[in-house]
Formats: sequence, C-alpha cells, structure tokens
Amino acid sequence: MFGLCYILFHSLNKIFWVKHIMFNSVSSFFIPNRARRLSRPLILTRVPAGFPSPAEDYIEGRIDLNRELIRNPLATFYVRVSGDSMEPVIHSGALIVVDRMIETRDGDIVIARVGSELCVKRLRISDNGAVWLSSENTIYKPIVITEEMDFEVWGKVSHAIHTF
Amino acid sequence: MIGLIDCNNFYVSCERVFQPALRSRPVVVLSNNDGCVIARSEEAKALGITMGTPYFQIEYLIEKKNVAVFSSNYTLYGDMSARVMEALQSFSPETEIYSIDEAFLRLEENFEETGNKICKLIYQWTGLPVSVGIAPNKTLAKIANRTAKKLKSSVFEMSDAKTRDEVLRETPIKDVWGIGYNSTKKLNALGIFNAFQLKNFDRRHARKLLSVTGARIVEELNGETCLPLDLAPAPKKSITCSRSFGGHVESFADLHDALGCYLVRAGEKMRKNNLTARAVTVFLATNRFSKQPQYSNSHTIELINSTDSTRELREWTRRALAVIYKKGFLYKKVGVILQGLRSESAETIRLRGEKDYQKDKRLCAALDQISRKFGRDAVRFGCRSNSKNWQMLAEHKSACYTTNLREVLRIAN
Repeated sequence: MFGLCYILFHSLNKIFWVKHIMFNSVSSFFIPNRARRLSRPLILTRVPAGFPSPAEDYIEGRIDLNRELIRNPLATFYVRVSGDSMEPVIHSGALIVVDRMIETRDGDIVIARVGSELCVKRLRISDNGAVWLSSENTIYKPIVITEEMDFEVWGKVSHAIHTF
Repeated sequence: MIGLIDCNNFYVSCERVFQPALRSRPVVVLSNNDGCVIARSEEAKALGITMGTPYFQIEYLIEKKNVAVFSSNYTLYGDMSARVMEALQSFSPETEIYSIDEAFLRLEENFEETGNKICKLIYQWTGLPVSVGIAPNKTLAKIANRTAKKLKSSVFEMSDAKTRDEVLRETPIKDVWGIGYNSTKKLNALGIFNAFQLKNFDRRHARKLLSVTGARIVEELNGETCLPLDLAPAPKKSITCSRSFGGHVESFADLHDALGCYLVRAGEKMRKNNLTARAVTVFLATNRFSKQPQYSNSHTIELINSTDSTRELREWTRRALAVIYKKGFLYKKVGVILQGLRSESAETIRLRGEKDYQKDKRLCAALDQISRKFGRDAVRFGCRSNSKNWQMLAEHKSACYTTNLREVLRIAN
C-alpha cells in the first residue's frame, strides 16, 4: 500500500519536475531533489526510475568508541583513579582504559605495581637503564626503582575518560 | 603434540590481579554459601589447608596466620577465564576448552619455546600465571602439567620416551587423568601403584578391569592417541540450576520463590543456545549434615509441547514442587533441571495455544533484553516474598572488577 502511494507520489512529483524544468533553469534541478532523497534512501533504491543515493556507497556505520578506544579487548581493563598526583593530565575521578597488550616505553603513562601497591605514573627509562616513576604534579617526588624492589608494569594507560 | 594449559590456583590468581597486597599473603576462596575451601594459594597450602576443608574448621587460622578469605566471585572468574581462552586461540587454531581454568592446544613445533611464550604472554595480557604441560596426547599432557607444577617451572615437555618413563614412575595412579577412587583400589590390589606400571599393564586385562575408558588410558600412557581434541563442544542435553540456601527454608512459597529465581537463569541459558525443553525436573533436599528429620525427593513432568517460555515452565515447576513438597522439614536445597533439550528450529507448531506461545516467546525475548541491560532482577515474574533466608551466603565477595563499571579497580594516586 505504502509502495503504491509512493509510486503515485513519485510520478506526480515527476510531472511537477517537468513543469519545473519548463519554467526554471536546469541548474536548479538537483537541489531540492537531493534533499528529499536523503530522507528516504532505502525506498528510493527500489525504484528503478529514481536516482541512486550518492551517499549510499559512503555509509559506514556510526562511530563506536568501543572500537576506537579498545584495541585489545582481552587485555583491556578499566580503572577509576582518585587523587591529584597526575594532574593536570589525569584528573581525580577519571576512568582510565588500561591495555596490557601494548609494550610500554619511556614516557608512557602506566599502572605500575611497586610491592603491594598499584599507582598511575609516567614511566621513565634512561639510556643507561635507570627506571623511575614520575608524577605529573610537581609536588610529588619521583619514585626511583631499584633492583631489590618488587616492581612490574601492570599495564599501559591508553586513554583517560573525564566526565564533566 | 598436545599442550595442556592450566591457570595456577586460578580463583586465587584472579583475586590477586586486582589486589596485589594479596601476593604475599595466604589466600583461600570458598565454595557457594561460604561452605568449604575450593582454591588455595601456595602459602595457604603450606599452612596445611586442604581442598574441601569446611570453612569453620580453619576459622582459627584466619586471624593467626593472616589468611585472606574470599567468597567465590564467578562473575569475575568467568570473565578472566574467557580472556585466557580467547588469548590461547592466538597460539593454535585447535584448542579445546576443558574447564574454567584448563585448555588443550595442538602445538606444531618449537614446543618448549611456544610453551614459554604462552606463559609469558598470558601473564602479560591478563596478569594470570599459567603452566604448560606438553606431551603426545591429552592423558600425558595432564601428567606433564602436573610435573611442571611440582618442579615449580612453568613449562614441562615430555616428547621423548625416556623422560616420559621417568616421570610415569614418579606418578601415583590416582593422579592419572580418568583413574578414580575405585579404579585406584582395584589396581592397587593387583600391585599397580604408579603410572609406569599401569602403562605396562596388559591391555586386555585393563579392558576387563577398568572397561573401555581404562583401556584407553593405558594406550594413551603408551603414547598413542585415543582421545582426540574436542573442538566443538557437544550441544547441551540438560540445564541444571540449583543452589544450597544460606539458611533453611520451610514454606512452599519461599521454595517456589527460589525455584523461580533459578528457573529464570536456566531459561535465559536455554534461549541463548536456541533450545527448547521437553521435560522439567524439580528436586529438593534437607541438610544431610544436620540432625533434623531428613527428606529429599524429585519429580519430573514430561511436557506435551516442548517449550522455551519461562512463564510456562514456571507453572510446571510449581506443579512438580507441589507433588514433592512436604510440610515440616527444613530444606537446604532446591533445584530445577530442564531436560530433553532440542534445537528450537525442530519445534512443531502447537495444535492448541500457538498464539499464546508466540506471545510468550516475545515476552521472554523482551525480558532477556531487559536483564542484559539492567541486571537480572530489574523485572521479575510474580511477586516475591521478602524472605532472604534462601539467598546465598557470600560475605567475603570481591568486586566484579571487569564486568561492572561501578565496581572497577580503584587506584588512589
């Protein structure tokens, strides 16, 4: 029923267009037609006489933050951070995305385990192999990692999500 | 070659990933209702806490030895297990998930090197320590894994026959996969105590004494393959959902409530696998450890039409419960089994009530969606009494770090 109405509407429209062309310049032909077609892209493709949607080949699905922010789902964990030691990079209360699959390098923000504590810090590795963890907030002193410390990088912080 | 990958003290390790302070403490995880110990850290094992020890028996140790106690958090363990199993797929196209913390893998080459790589990467990606046993078949891979754990190394390979014989000599037969308590007794009576003796046991004899399964074990110990990798799990034949209560339950209404709760879970599971049930069984039991009067019974109703509607099944479970319910007993456990499961596509159209059934199907689909989005208790059938004594005891449960945004790991920085 709807289809029939549509064809009727479409053909009426065509008559209108014929009139339109007769009284106006041809260049204006595409402008209104295009707007109408975008609003009903699915139906138009069924009518052989209609123009195929120029957008059809470019439809790509919506932006999915899961896909953008999480590269390795099986090794990704979420962590809620409190405290000001990483201000102004990570605010207190931020939700951070931690990817354990990415190899960490000098300068990365990481979750580190020092003994029985977990902390969020910037990992620094110098050319001579010295390792320390620095806070972004300068009131906190860096933690120098020594051989006898029980230390490991828990994961790399890949994103911080801050809700306003 | 077959590798058996096993997560070391899996439940304890899961807790330790998110609470590193537990790394230096003895840790135990308790069964449902905080009944008995089902997982122990190495430190807890060293204290002499054995598997299956009732919690109340070790309570005195808890404070004295600073033991950390956890109720089982299957939401967390299930998610961590799924991560490990997914990770294992990247090492071999042929994997068989054997249990929540074990998987068999077919390995093509560089066995020991691959084993070490698996241990290193699974730990890096998930924080869970695993050990790998490598051998020509599943039975031997199990033994190789046990040996790895005993030697406190992460990988143990048994590809050559000489190493194998040495290890088998050190393996008591009760530790061979598939040899149970009764078989152990029978074999011991014949003077067979270790796996090497079992390997050299006459096969025809083994078949007579231990049936086909026993004969297969003997052949596998000899390095032949009798148990191929099970790549596609067989479709479920039945779904059971039952729990022991935290306290005791007496009234029919409370039992029916609990049953309804388990049925919702069983129904969800069934629909997720596109199955329908042909029969439903309800069972109940009193606490067999108490001195109160004892009673247990079950009743099965075969359904005229197979169904996957929780609403219909609810009615049938109520009827089944009414048949077996007796007043005056303190019940400890009730459960429901959905049986005769078949693919939904094999369903026939009903002669009567097809329209209502289709309505039910839509209702259940909507309910499943709601419970996925808002949690299982967002919408419920019927009205539920406020009695809490049938709910499970879980006083020491950790957070669902990986599945609930409100419970993610917190770091004070």
